[in-house]
Amino acid sequence: MIGRIFYAIRQGFKNIGRNRLFSLASVGTITACLFIFGIFYCIVANFQYMVHAAESNVGVTVFFDETTTEEQMLEIQRLIDVREEVSSTTYISADQAWQNFKQDYFPDGDEGILAGLDQDNPLVDCASVQVYLADTSRQAELISYIKGLAGVSEVNASDIIADSFTNFSRLIGYVSIGIILILVFVAIFLISNTVMIGITVRKEEIAIMKYIGATDFFVRGPFLVEGMTIGLIGSAIPVVVLRLLYPMVVDFVLEHFSILNRILTFMDVNDVFNILIPISLAIGLGIGFIGSYMTLRKHVRV
Amino acid sequence: MIVLDNVCKTYSTGVSALNGVNLRIRKGEFVFIVGSSGSGKTTLFKLLLKELEPTSGKIYINSQNIGRLRRRKIPKMRRGIGVVFQDFRLLKDRNVYENIAFAQRVIGKPAKVIKETVPQMLTLVGLADKAESMPNELSGGEQQRVSLARALVNNPPVLLADEPTGNLDPANAWEIMKLLEDINKRGTTVVVVTHNRDIVERMQKRVITIDKGVVVSDEKGGITNDW
Repeated sequence: MIGRIFYAIRQGFKNIGRNRLFSLASVGTITACLFIFGIFYCIVANFQYMVHAAESNVGVTVFFDETTTEEQMLEIQRLIDVREEVSSTTYISADQAWQNFKQDYFPDGDEGILAGLDQDNPLVDCASVQVYLADTSRQAELISYIKGLAGVSEVNASDIIADSFTNFSRLIGYVSIGIILILVFVAIFLISNTVMIGITVRKEEIAIMKYIGATDFFVRGPFLVEGMTIGLIGSAIPVVVLRLLYPMVVDFVLEHFSILNRILTFMDVNDVFNILIPISLAIGLGIGFIGSYMTLRKHVRV
Repeated sequence: MIVLDNVCKTYSTGVSALNGVNLRIRKGEFVFIVGSSGSGKTTLFKLLLKELEPTSGKIYINSQNIGRLRRRKIPKMRRGIGVVFQDFRLLKDRNVYENIAFAQRVIGKPAKVIKETVPQMLTLVGLADKAESMPNELSGGEQQRVSLARALVNNPPVLLADEPTGNLDPANAWEIMKLLEDINKRGTTVVVVTHNRDIVERMQKRVITIDKGVVVSDEKGGITNDW
């Protein structure tokens, strides 16, 4: 068995050598496909990363009835905090709210006119809980839950921002899945053609093998190796190129679009490629396997 | 050894190639199957290799009904049948030794066995000094000998030859026939499909004549009907 596997590997590499031009064309196409896939992945992953970062700034503010005690407010905060869609919560007491107000509107420390109010806080009923979402698509669900809690008077939230993030993120996801599917089909078709050429070139050899009593595995093995090797090489090239390009592009963008630095927070190169490398190689191998297997099933049977 | 029981073969085009063929070839026999072009000889050849399925009837090889054979068992069945073709079907990019060794590699024979048996086969077919030659450096007769060596290297009990002398001059054709006779004497059942009337008459073996898909005669001693 091991001998036959080595035979298949050896013959597979020989096939690639014999079919040099077509193999190169297939490698080139898969490289192009997976390069585009890689670029898309980098864009989508970074966009989602940025959306996620932005989402953490999208908050829901919970206000309480006048009769709600601080203990009850803290209990409500605890109830909200344990929910799945919630990333974090901050309790802002009435005193803290007053301090924040003063900070926001009288930053120069000109508190003279307000000093008298410190003892009679005008925001006494303005204690609140700031809720930050881990999943903005569930904001409506969360708001309805909070509104149902006893002691809550009002819930403020920005529906438009949450919905826009969710919808845009979903759109990008659909578009990328569509493009990737088309590219995968093109690549499978090309591999299938390359293997078909190999089969045509070796038609006589395959016929002889059949008469001698070769099994399907023995006849098909070299072609599967050929297809999968082409897929693997075709996927390794774009991964290497993108790995080298990614830091350069990030540096370029940060340097030339410094005005957007607060919005553009890029993922670490290792975080991107720890996922992109195995996915690309698996797609390359998969495309190679499916492309060659489909052709072999149709055209090579003992 | 080989039994055909009322075998019919009609192609999807509606052409009836074989029509109720009954045959019995015993172990160790040397049989010619003759007939004009389109008589059904090649169809019979392909049915024996299970390259085609009969429309009806049963085919037994070594007491095994090959019609009931599962697809994955076909390779093993074929290993029991050596095949020789008119056009030799040698791998042109490999030398004589590699062409013969190929038949053993395909069925997973260890390298040690290959090294032992290939030279033995080359000696049997009289090409011991041509191991390194490429097929295009050999004469037609020599190429057919290589083809024979390849067919026999796995020691099959049956040898099927489809027009083995079709591309050869009379002298080479006769040599190949004598070689087939030698192989038969060693115990291999030999079935030769041929057009070559001259050879059939000289060999004085059993002759089965097929015409329009029907066995019209089956006689011993090289006596042949018109075909």
